[in-house]
Amino acid sequence: MAYALQQLINGITLGMIYGLIAVGYTMVYGIIGMINFAHGDIFMIGAFLSLIALLGLASLGITAVPIALALTLVFAAALAALYGWTVERVAYRPLRGSFRLAPLISAIGMSITLQNFVQVSQGARVKPMEALIPGGFQIMDMDDFAVRLSWMQIVIAVTTLSILAIFTWLVTQTPLGRRMRACEQDLRMASLLGIDTDLTISVTFVIGAALAAVAGLMFLLYYGAIDFFIGFVAGVKAFTAAVLGGIGSLPGAVLGGLLIGLIEVFWSAYFSVEYKDVAAFSILIIVLIFLPTGILGRAEVEKV
Amino acid sequence: MKGVFRDAGLSALIALGLFAPLIGLVTENGESGLVLRARPVAVAVVVSLVFLGRLLMLIRGRRIALPSKFGPGPAMVRAGKAVAPVLLIVALLLPFGGSRYYVDLATLVLTYIMLGWGLNVVVGLAGLLDLGYVAFYAVGAYSYALLATTFGLGFWSCLPLAGIMAAFWGVLLGFPVLRLRGDYLAIVTLAFGEIIRIVLINWVSLTNGPNGITGIPRPTLFGLSFSMDGGEGTFAGFFNLEPETIQRVIFLYYVILGLALITNWFTLRLRRTPLGRAWEALREDETACRSLGINVTNTKLTAFAIGAMFGGFAGAFFATRQAFISPESFTFIESATVLAIVVLGGLGSQLGVALAAIVMVGGLELLRSLLSWLADEMGSELFAGIANELPLYRMLVFGLALVVVMVLRPRGMVSTRTPTVTLTRAGTPVGGGA
Repeated sequence: MAYALQQLINGITLGMIYGLIAVGYTMVYGIIGMINFAHGDIFMIGAFLSLIALLGLASLGITAVPIALALTLVFAAALAALYGWTVERVAYRPLRGSFRLAPLISAIGMSITLQNFVQVSQGARVKPMEALIPGGFQIMDMDDFAVRLSWMQIVIAVTTLSILAIFTWLVTQTPLGRRMRACEQDLRMASLLGIDTDLTISVTFVIGAALAAVAGLMFLLYYGAIDFFIGFVAGVKAFTAAVLGGIGSLPGAVLGGLLIGLIEVFWSAYFSVEYKDVAAFSILIIVLIFLPTGILGRAEVEKV
Repeated sequence: MKGVFRDAGLSALIALGLFAPLIGLVTENGESGLVLRARPVAVAVVVSLVFLGRLLMLIRGRRIALPSKFGPGPAMVRAGKAVAPVLLIVALLLPFGGSRYYVDLATLVLTYIMLGWGLNVVVGLAGLLDLGYVAFYAVGAYSYALLATTFGLGFWSCLPLAGIMAAFWGVLLGFPVLRLRGDYLAIVTLAFGEIIRIVLINWVSLTNGPNGITGIPRPTLFGLSFSMDGGEGTFAGFFNLEPETIQRVIFLYYVILGLALITNWFTLRLRRTPLGRAWEALREDETACRSLGINVTNTKLTAFAIGAMFGGFAGAFFATRQAFISPESFTFIESATVLAIVVLGGLGSQLGVALAAIVMVGGLELLRSLLSWLADEMGSELFAGIANELPLYRMLVFGLALVVVMVLRPRGMVSTRTPTVTLTRAGTPVGGGA
């Protein structure tokens, strides 16, 4: 029982990270109907930017944890957003109206490029980092198993929830959010009504990338080690989360992320650690076959 | 002109933002944890390159606009018809003129050509983006390796089995997911490729895990083996030759050449059948196909299975050539390499794929060996450094190439593939050439 509770806590923490990445997938899919394969790698770049920022701040003598974290968050999110914007501008925008496979191939090319760019520039070795916020407290002690909630997990939960709250407000309450939702419903109609669709699509990529960078920082803090390859697996899992929640649905992405996090953690705890990725990937296949619209998604109607 | 400079300056500024942290500050494992090392020169070089590149693009961009956005003109097509027989003759005669190094390299290139042709059926003809093609390569390789080491079967009896196994897995995966939209198929195949690799690593009792399978038997020529003792029943003994390794190397080269040519011939023939026509129609417009009564799922499934089968054949060849396989050979990078070859060559073009594989796999390797030879001759540190780092940059080049090709020439850099049958102005269908 205590063991299960501990897994529940760990699963929710991991699920929040996946949820943050999944939002980026689902927003881009909702607005231009393509899978942004490079999104997982933007997450990885966000993690690297965070690592560099934390090291840089430490060498400048800024070691107060709240200040360092806040500065890192802003730095990583801003630069990852620039990456998101550039990727869209360079690899996707020229391809609107090209043949069907073109954006997909371009996206996979961008993903390979970003991954190998980081491998070449930062090296292939795993980058370990000391825990920034050590410690935690014990919730309960049952059957000689202590259930622990670390400060780090609390920080991750609080940050994620506040970022998501800001993001929800942005999408539902602001003129920008209204434009985004209009483009999602009907891109051509939105442009006829005077909405700058190119700009709106760019903004979507920028927001998605910034959220992925936040996820990257959380990942770095939680696991304390990153390498250039983390974006690949995390990307597929976050995409699975987006599909599970219903692609195009923003609450669905967060819900799907939490579910995938829980499934992965419980699978590792009770079955086998080696096959945890297989479990997550199999869910993708199973969901696509039996529940292609996801939990909160709408059925897609294709008009000719 | 002023606007041009401002635009280029803006691009340089963005490049500075992108590259200053990731290129300019390297995280290195120091004595007490990670340390940062600054590389201002590298950033300056990259940013000025972006500035100059953007400037050139803006000044000359409109003048060098490609004549046709969808591939080369008729002159290229005519040249292509002359290139194919020349390539074939060179391929047939290569072992007589080249040293062992070149025959080995040509074998590697041919393996990629065969994989490229196999994937071309799926991506180029049927228009299904398969990002886990390496899974079928792995299934073929492990099928042969396990059948040979467990039951003592030979290469030639296992080859069809390896192809059938791979096709079977193709159907097994394809059946449920081919009903989905194209984008979903891409990510599902990506996940499937990873699943296969993880299973190969962790199912130690069957696959020996990360250590791989050793002692995979070599192929025989009508029962004649290529072992080094030179006795009865070996190739050297039968023809009264001195046993040499080069004989086996050349034999393997002709095996893969034959397999690749069969793949090519089979694909070219298939393209003229109703099934092949249906693939191409499917690539162009799925909804129209469905309206015309084509069974979309079955058509996709056959493309998937046939592509997988060729992957399986190539895998079996890979296993017998290396005599050793491990899950490390079947990573996503392999899938990406083969996809890059197909896309660069031109989706659906057989000749283009061959040329792309020669340039991307053979060309890079030749460049590397040239650089290390120069480094040895001149004792130059710079060339040695570049030669060592070249493989690292390979995937970076492939990834960028995928993007650049899609932006500039979406139907392929080297060659093109238009539908085999097109409607002329008068409305009568005309069959296209190869």
